[in-house]
Amino acid sequence: MIEAKDVCFTYPNGVEALKGVSLTIKNGEFVAIMGENGAGKTTLVKHFNGLLKPIKGSVLIDGVNTTKVSVATLARKVGFVFQNPDHQLFSETVEEEIAFALKNFGFKEKVIERRVKWALNLLGLARYRKTSPFMLSGGERKRVALASILAWNPKILMLDEPTIGQDYSQKEKLLQFILQMKAQRKTVIIVTHDVEFVAECSPRVLLMRGGRIVADGEARKVLADPEILTHASIVPPQITQIFLQLSDFHLPKEVIDVYEAREKLLSVLKVKAK
Amino acid sequence: MSIIETEKLTYTYPGGAKPSIRDVSMKIEKGEFVLITGPSGCGKTTLCRCFNGLIPHFYQGEMEGEVTVVGLGVSKRQIYELAKHVGLVFQNPENQLFALSVEKDVAFGLENLGVPREEMRKRVDWALNLTGIYHLRERAPHELSGGQQQRVAIASVLAMQPEIIVLDEPTSFLDPLGAKKIFEVIYDLNRKLGITVVLVEHRLDLTARYANHIVIMDDGKIVLDGEPRKVLSSEEARLIGVGIPKPTRLYQILQKDRVSLSNTIPLSSDEMAAMLREALESQ
Repeated sequence: MIEAKDVCFTYPNGVEALKGVSLTIKNGEFVAIMGENGAGKTTLVKHFNGLLKPIKGSVLIDGVNTTKVSVATLARKVGFVFQNPDHQLFSETVEEEIAFALKNFGFKEKVIERRVKWALNLLGLARYRKTSPFMLSGGERKRVALASILAWNPKILMLDEPTIGQDYSQKEKLLQFILQMKAQRKTVIIVTHDVEFVAECSPRVLLMRGGRIVADGEARKVLADPEILTHASIVPPQITQIFLQLSDFHLPKEVIDVYEAREKLLSVLKVKAK
Repeated sequence: MSIIETEKLTYTYPGGAKPSIRDVSMKIEKGEFVLITGPSGCGKTTLCRCFNGLIPHFYQGEMEGEVTVVGLGVSKRQIYELAKHVGLVFQNPENQLFALSVEKDVAFGLENLGVPREEMRKRVDWALNLTGIYHLRERAPHELSGGQQQRVAIASVLAMQPEIIVLDEPTSFLDPLGAKKIFEVIYDLNRKLGITVVLVEHRLDLTARYANHIVIMDDGKIVLDGEPRKVLSSEEARLIGVGIPKPTRLYQILQKDRVSLSNTIPLSSDEMAAMLREALESQ
């Protein structure tokens, strides 16, 4: 469980990134943190693995204050995949990259081998096992970064912009994977601008603006509120935008998914005779 | 003559086991807004690098076939000659920015072209304003956030006002509203100044509406090439795993359900909403 109480953080250059954030994320929750550039999203999640410590307030991970433990200790529990994979990758082959943390955590050779294989297959990287991460495309490097964290099976997984450079089928796989993690009662936190992805996975949405949380709720509620969204530089999902424009036909506005949209529309639209 | 033309282009990176693009023949006309999409690793970025000569001159490797850009054979010309005509915004802005201030980074290309000082001043300010980073002009690019860096990279290319702008996922770090504003700026330059735009994107929801030409690649080859409404409504596009815009998808589903809708395939929510409104009002 993650408990943040009135967390404030100011960077050395004077930028006040968090201005009192309080929240609780329970085990097994799937949370999307959204909001404009500079809202404090990445700063907030960096508090969850202890990379940053609050200047005021506190962050507890499973009841332990992050100021009391090292980042290395927290890392075993909280995995963080960076926004830009190039900030994280350094090994000569994809395989070594994924095995690196496992070796550091002291896993046995056999376990390492099995886990690396599992992660490579999961993210469709098996054919690049011996390739340098730097030979890969942007989207593929992003998946190597993800694989290297997944391999040690952290209890809390944080992904900063996981869908960047990913095509539709990769996003679909990512979604399936997140649902699987959820079923295992793992906590998944994504920081994202990808409204369509969020609409498809329907997590709890935390909307941030100017270092504060301005909305917290189900995806369909938060994403169908144009006023609050525009305030946070987010646009509603495409399907919601359609329904927002048709509000004078007594259609619901909280529709975020294509199939749900079909259902609602079929109930009001005439169908051609066969 | 087409402004960009590739003829049976095949290219392998040094040390690459197989070609990253294979037998690519395509034409881009002056003034077009072209969207290139396809699964991750399909060769989109590699193709873009051929348009300004980074391939083969910088990356070396093995190239067969020919690329002609504004009538110049890319393999026979130098990168600096091509840079006068083609501006490339990289996928990762950090690979492109290097100066100590945003302003200097944006001015760098103009300095190299020998643009007079007054004109340079004007163009730098124009580009900084268009991309919404005028207030950051004295900041160091490497201290900025990913989204801000992307704006700087775009500004530095816009300032040069090239005939062709090639953008490789240029707004991936920007928030949706920020991304939308940037795409609108680029679309505006395309329509008003006739600048040819080549955009690599996965998020067709955000961008399909601007394009009048879509190219879909898969495994190093071009598999679909044509008018957006036609290409995106084809069964192949869906099977390759291209992210068909949701309104287009909804339209296709309703068509299968035999709902009476007009025949123009929608690419955006606005178009789909207007179509549904028409259907709802007429019944």
